[in-house]
Formats: sequence, C-alpha cells, structure tokens
Amino acid sequence: MDSLTYTPADYKSDQPVRWCPGCGDHAILNSLHKAMAQLGVPPHRTAVISGIGCSSRLPYYMNTYGFHTIHGRAAAIATGFKVANPEMSVWQISGDGDGLAIGGNHFIHAVRRNIDINILLFNNKIYGLTKGQYSPTSDRGFVSKSSPYGTTEDPFIPAELVFGARGNFFARTIDVELQISQEVMTAAALHHGTSVVEILQNCVIFNNGIHSRITDREYRADRTIHLRHGEKMLFGKDMNRGLVRDGFLVKAVTLGEDGYTIDDVLVHDAHTPSNFLHQQLAMMDGNDLPLAIGVIRDVDAPTYNDDVHRQIHDVQSAKGFRSLRDMILAGDTWEVK
Amino acid sequence: MLDETKVKNIDKVVVRFTGDSGDGMQLVGNIFTNVSAGMGCEVSTFPDYPAEIRAPQGSLGGVSGFQVSVGTDVHTPGDKCDVLVAMNPAALKQNYHHLKRGGVIIIDIDSFKDTDLKKALFATDDAIKELGITAQVLEVPVTSLTKAALANSGLDNKSIVKCRNFFALGLICWLFDRPVESVERFIANKFAKKPAVGDANKKVFEAGYNYGHNIHASVSTYRIESHQARPGIYTDINGNTATAWGLIMASEKSGRPLFLGSYPITPATDILHELAKRKDLGVKALQMEDEIAGVCSAIGASYAGHLAVTSTSGPGLALKSEGIGLAVIAELPLVVIDVQRGGPSTGLPTKTEQTDLMQALYGRNGESPVAVVAPASPTDCFTMAFEASRIAIEHMTPVILLTDAFIGNGSTAWRIPDDDEYPRIKTPYVPADKIAEGSWRPYDRRENLARYWAIPGTEGAQHRLGGLEKDFITGAISTDPANHEKMVQTRREKIARIADDIPQLEVIGDEDADILLCGWGGTYGHLRTAAAELRAQGRKVAFTQFRYINPLPANTGDVLSRYSRIIVAELNTGMFADYLQSRFPDATISRINKIQGQPFLVEEVVNAVNHIIDTH
Repeated sequence: MDSLTYTPADYKSDQPVRWCPGCGDHAILNSLHKAMAQLGVPPHRTAVISGIGCSSRLPYYMNTYGFHTIHGRAAAIATGFKVANPEMSVWQISGDGDGLAIGGNHFIHAVRRNIDINILLFNNKIYGLTKGQYSPTSDRGFVSKSSPYGTTEDPFIPAELVFGARGNFFARTIDVELQISQEVMTAAALHHGTSVVEILQNCVIFNNGIHSRITDREYRADRTIHLRHGEKMLFGKDMNRGLVRDGFLVKAVTLGEDGYTIDDVLVHDAHTPSNFLHQQLAMMDGNDLPLAIGVIRDVDAPTYNDDVHRQIHDVQSAKGFRSLRDMILAGDTWEVK
Repeated sequence: MLDETKVKNIDKVVVRFTGDSGDGMQLVGNIFTNVSAGMGCEVSTFPDYPAEIRAPQGSLGGVSGFQVSVGTDVHTPGDKCDVLVAMNPAALKQNYHHLKRGGVIIIDIDSFKDTDLKKALFATDDAIKELGITAQVLEVPVTSLTKAALANSGLDNKSIVKCRNFFALGLICWLFDRPVESVERFIANKFAKKPAVGDANKKVFEAGYNYGHNIHASVSTYRIESHQARPGIYTDINGNTATAWGLIMASEKSGRPLFLGSYPITPATDILHELAKRKDLGVKALQMEDEIAGVCSAIGASYAGHLAVTSTSGPGLALKSEGIGLAVIAELPLVVIDVQRGGPSTGLPTKTEQTDLMQALYGRNGESPVAVVAPASPTDCFTMAFEASRIAIEHMTPVILLTDAFIGNGSTAWRIPDDDEYPRIKTPYVPADKIAEGSWRPYDRRENLARYWAIPGTEGAQHRLGGLEKDFITGAISTDPANHEKMVQTRREKIARIADDIPQLEVIGDEDADILLCGWGGTYGHLRTAAAELRAQGRKVAFTQFRYINPLPANTGDVLSRYSRIIVAELNTGMFADYLQSRFPDATISRINKIQGQPFLVEEVVNAVNHIIDTH
C-alpha cells in the first residue's frame, strides 16, 4: 500500500486557494505538496493542523486530514493528536504571531517534549490577517499600524527560542527557494521528534520586501549560506567564501585571502548532539555573517509519543489487567453476600 | 450521666477528626472510613482542609478536618458530629461548634500548653472554659502515651510524634468497636514501602485502642448498625476516582481509547493522578503546560479518534472556553470535567460551591450550546462520567460534567458494577459503504443530528475541520448568512434532541405534595435527607434531583406543573433556579441558597423549607 507513489496533486484539495496574489504562501504550499509526494506517506496517513492567521488557512488546501483550529493552540492540538494516533504523519502550520506570540507557550513546550511533529513556521514579521500590526519577530523600531512611532521591544529570533527549548531539529528556508524548501521539509518529516522549519515568507500586502535585504537575487548568494550535513560551509556567487572557527566564534573568510584555504573551512555536522555551533550558525543574520538556510540541527533524541506508548506497553505487560473490573478487584474490596 | 458504662446501639454516628494540616487527620479519617465500609456500613465523608499546604503549625488557619458518617441510611457526612477529635487548641477552637448536643470531645491534652494556646489566640490558659464548652471532654495525654509506646522503637522524637494520629484512631476504633485486624491491614498496606513507620503506627494504634479499653468506665461505646447492602463486591471510592473510572468504563464500552489532557488544579487534580496511574489500562493522561493546552490536546485526541477528556476546576474552565467553542463548531466529542470550588477568581480553592453552572451553560462566545450533566454523589460520579462520555460520543458534542469539591473528595462505599450493567456506547463511525462510494461528507448527519466520526488513518475519509463556519452540505468554509443561521439552529437542536436519550425526571415522596424540593449536583444527600425529615414532621413535600442539566429531562415541565411551589436549593445565589425559571416561566420558584464554601446542613434546609411554607 505504502509503496504506491504519489504526485503532488494527490495532496491538493479541491478548494480554491485564497491567499493574495504574490503571497509567499503559494510557493510554500507547492513545496509542501512536493515534499509530501517525495516522502510518499499516503494522504490518509497525513494530518495538517494549524492555528489562526493567513498561513493557517493551509489545511483547507490539502487533501489530507486537516484541522484549522484556534489562535496559538495548534501545537497543543497537534500534541494530543499525535499521542492519540502516532501512526499519522503530523504537520503543524503556524505564523510568527500564531506560533510565537499567542502560542509561544505551546511552541516551546512542544519543542521541549520532543513530540514527533513537523512545525512549519511562516515568518513574515507582521500580522497579515488583522491587516498590519507588528509581530514578535518584528525588528526593534519597526513601524506598523500598532507601532506608529516604531516598536520599543526586541524581537524573538525563532532559532534561539528553539535552542532555548532544547530543540533537536531546526531548519530554515525562504519561500521562493522551492528546492531548498522541499529539501528541508522532507528532512523535517524524516526527523524523529519535533522539527521546526522557519520559512522566511513575504507578505506582499503589509510587509512587502521585509526579507529582501537577504533574499533579493542580487545579494542572496553572498548573504545566505546553504548548509548541508557533511559538506563544507561555503557560500558566495563563486562559492569562494567560507566559514571558519575564530576562537569561540565563527567568521567568514575568502579563500586565498589571509592564508585561508579550503582545509580551514568548517564541515557542517547537523547531527552532533552539542548545539553550541548550531546556535551560532542559526543566529547569523546576513550582516557580517550569511544567514544560514538548510538543515542546521538534526539530532536524534527520545520522543514524547514513543515514550508514552512504551510506558503504557511496559506497565500493561507488568500488571496484566484486561479490564477496569480486573484492576478494581485487585485493590481493596469486600464482599456482601 | 457519663459515669456509667453504656453500650449504645445506634443507626449512624458522625466522627470529626481535626488537627494541624500536618497531623495526618485525612489519613486516619480515611482508614476509619474504609474499615467501617468494610464492615458493611454505609459511609459518607467530608474532608475539610485549608488551601495552604502547611500553614504555621498550631495556627487557626492550618486546621485540617475530616468528617465521616457511618451506619445505615447514610446520605450525607452529617450536619454535626457525635465525637470530635481535636489534636490541638486551634482545631478545638475551629471545630467545637460542629459538635452535637450530647457529643464527646477528645483532645490531646499534651498539646494544650501555654504556647499552643497562644498560637490559637486563646486569652486564658483554659481553652474549654474560654470557649464555653459544656460537653464532655476527654483529656487524653496522646503525645506522651505515643512517646511511651515507642520508647524502645529507635525512632527519633520527631518521627515518634508524627505517629500520634494513630493513637487517636485507636481510641476511636475502640469506641466504635472497629476490628483491630482490618485497621492493621490498612496500616500495613499504606506503609508497605516504609515498614518501620508502619510498625510504629501499628504500635501506637494498639496503644490508643488499649487506652480506650482501660478507661472504659468513663464513656459510652457504640455498636453501629451495618447495612444489608445489595450483594456484590464493594470498594470505598471518592468522587474523583469514580469519575476517572467511569471514563474508563465508557472507553471500554465505546471501543475508543481514553485520553486525558489536563493541568493540576485543586480540587480536580486527583482525576489526573488516577488516570496517570491507569496506564495499566492503556489510558493516555497528559499533564500539559497549561489549562488551554489541556483542553486543546484533548480536542486533538478527539479529532484523532479517542474518547478525549479534560479535567479542571472553575478558573480552568474559564481558560478552556475558546477550546470548548472549537469542539462545538467542529462537532467533536469532548468531556470537560469541572470539579467546582468556591469562586470567583482563585476564590476558595479547597471548598465546595455550585457557582460554575452559568459558566458551563453559557460561558463561551457565540451560540455554542453544550450538554451539561451533574452527578449527585461520589458514586454517581461514575455513572455520570460514563453518561457524559456516552452523550459526547453518540451526539458528537462537548459535554460538561459538573462535580464539586464536596463529592469529588467525599467517599462512600460502592458496589463494583458487573460488566453488563452499562450499555455499549454506539460510536457513530462513518459507514464504510458511504466512504467506498465517495458519498460521505464531513457534516452529513444522522437522525439525532450528530455528524459521523471519521477516524484519521481511514482511507478515503480525509476531511478538514475548523473553527470557521461550515456549509451545511459540503462542509467547506461558508460565510453565507442563511447557512450560518441554519448551522446555529442545527447545533442547538442537536443538543435539544439529547433529551430523547436520557432518563426521565423521577420524584421521591408524597404523591399529593404541593411542594417540590429540588436540587442538582452534590447537594443530593443533604436535600434528600431534609425532604425525608420534612415528611417525618408531617409536611407534604416531594423531592427531585436534576442530574441532566442541559438538556433537561423531557418530562421536566410536566413534573414542575404538578406542584404549586418549587423550591430550588443550591450552593450559589440561584443559578439553577434562574435557569429553570427561564425555561418554565409559569413555575412558582422559591430559593434556598448558601455561598459559604460549605455543604448544606440538613437542619438549615429543613428550617428554610419550613420558613418558605409558613410564609406563603
């Protein structure tokens, strides 16, 4: 059954897609359909659960099981769903407001528990569905309808939250990078445990170009680095720049300059348990150091759902009750004749 | 009159154990209860403890109490006690007014020293006189006799003093002729992992029992009637455990695995504790990060095909409102348990109240009707948790189960039901042929207007649910005005039709009565006993108990119309009375209300009913 092959169309519902023309969500939806076809998990074994926001409309466009829930709570709902029905491949769709503001608590606890779900975090640094308020990922000073004089608060950096919550999988992509998106979504699904994929998404109406400093074709090669496990950390139009250790930190160098050669360039190890270097890589912001895309951390760890089920199995085998009545009769009772 | 030895035969007796919250009063109270239940007595308990885990030792705020009534025809823990055990002056001061006329007080005289009296804010060195107590007081040197009993035990002084609650238990068990062996078996079980402590407690218990025997001449002893109960196997159960077990029974009868998403909150946490233990029956009990995650994880599990439950108390129910609304519009089965406590806000966390009724009925945005049911007693929690689950599954709706601190913590003897006593729950799976022919749509309805339940993983039944309004036929998002009204009316009618699927309202008492006393939830025992007492006084009074609140039983209007006056007694300012009045505007309703965090006393209900009758 599962050896059947699927095409992206098998994951598409018959509902018309209603995002604004030019919205980054269209590309992300396409990448997800492709990743699912590549993974080959049948649509009826896949569930897509979302909160509230533009991105959270996504389940309606899937021919899988889907649940468009309430603001911020998708992680908690997905957690219950996965524990109840671990055979299902579970995807959670959230935006930066849904996932990190109103749903921040559920987000960090899902990551901490390491429940086996794939969280796609659409980050456009704005509230789109409510028409343009700043979000918890908006930069300090950002001017919006709810911050007409600029915000007076620092943003979350999603990766930093994931590492703070002891996350074991973090990847990043850009909406328009269809190939890379498909690659990291596939890796997220194959990872056993909570996978967080941050997708830099462009809101064409309320925050157009918020990521363009990094994502514009003109700069993208120099301001991003595509990390792949086991490969040298090289970037730039000519792939002649690399990341090297600099004491406790990382720095970018040009090969052939200042005596640096290819041998000095770090090899990416997404699987090392220590998150020390992963965090440094994830925090690079495209200024002095290129913004990292691709799978930054991918480490195996016990999952919550597996351990709940293992514990149930162990306790049931040890006690051997077949029914409630069995269990009660094994306790303190007396008989009235 | 107390100088001679008397053996009284009595039908029931009430004992109240009181002491510091660290004195182990709940423990010895429970053992006394269990042993009595094991002898075939009916039991009803009322643990009355402070919100503080350990208030300053000896202070008035730190007094913990456990009241139990044992005997025959026991429906309540009793208004007042026959015997009050007070382990310190604070306990005496807080509890002496709970003593019946002619009752006996037992105090640990070793803890009535000057410093102890000061901590309890006594002005003189004679607590008994200062409180104006005229009842018989048995001054027992409990602490020093405990020390003497354990002189050679090798335990340190602190550990020895901790055993003194068992001296009091020994004395009470002698007084009421409880079998020593059963008590010792309970002690051995309770301290199986700490045999040294168990042995010490056993020794102190025996010392207390023997002390009673030796002072024999100065107090009455009692032979409590035991009951000819229905044959079967019994266990002692409190309402929270009964609730947990009723859910498990529903899981077995529905074929759907049980899931609990919860967050600790007094007085509901014991449901989480019990279901966490029941991994041995395959239960998945998740302690989530907050109340909202508790209900949301349950909604996720419900969508995934489980019998899903969340347990909480009033403040938690407030946090879960939005989630419950999601389950209303997604039309998923969900059981929400509210073990009510005193409110508003944090209120009286350990005390009982019935003040969440309106929240349960109406506390959500939009038109979002849910079913509401309320058990009458600790053992009825089993039945009504089962019923809540049955209604949730067969009618595809959230159901709120309103218990309270009084029945949640209170315990009674319970006959373990046979497997065939509860019906099979008819889980509304999507018919396979509908899936095969591709004709099934997610909001297709059965005759009772419930959706079908498509379990994820089923091929061909993929569907999308959500909080946005759906088209009546296709289940796709719809903002059509007429469709919205139709969906609102359909969800409302779906709840109303549950009335066809629940028992009729039953009335106890005089056929020709003019007055119908009624209540709902955990006040049942007190109100039923009050009605019986009123009849004994010659009043023509009937009594009815509402266990199904929304919808009300189908014959409710007929029943109410037979009485010229309805009296609703409840532990709030009149929520159920208002609700009934709104449904049945012609009924003449009087109210008896109490909002003190405490259960009714039978006597005050009797007096209030008499007052209503005499003034109308």
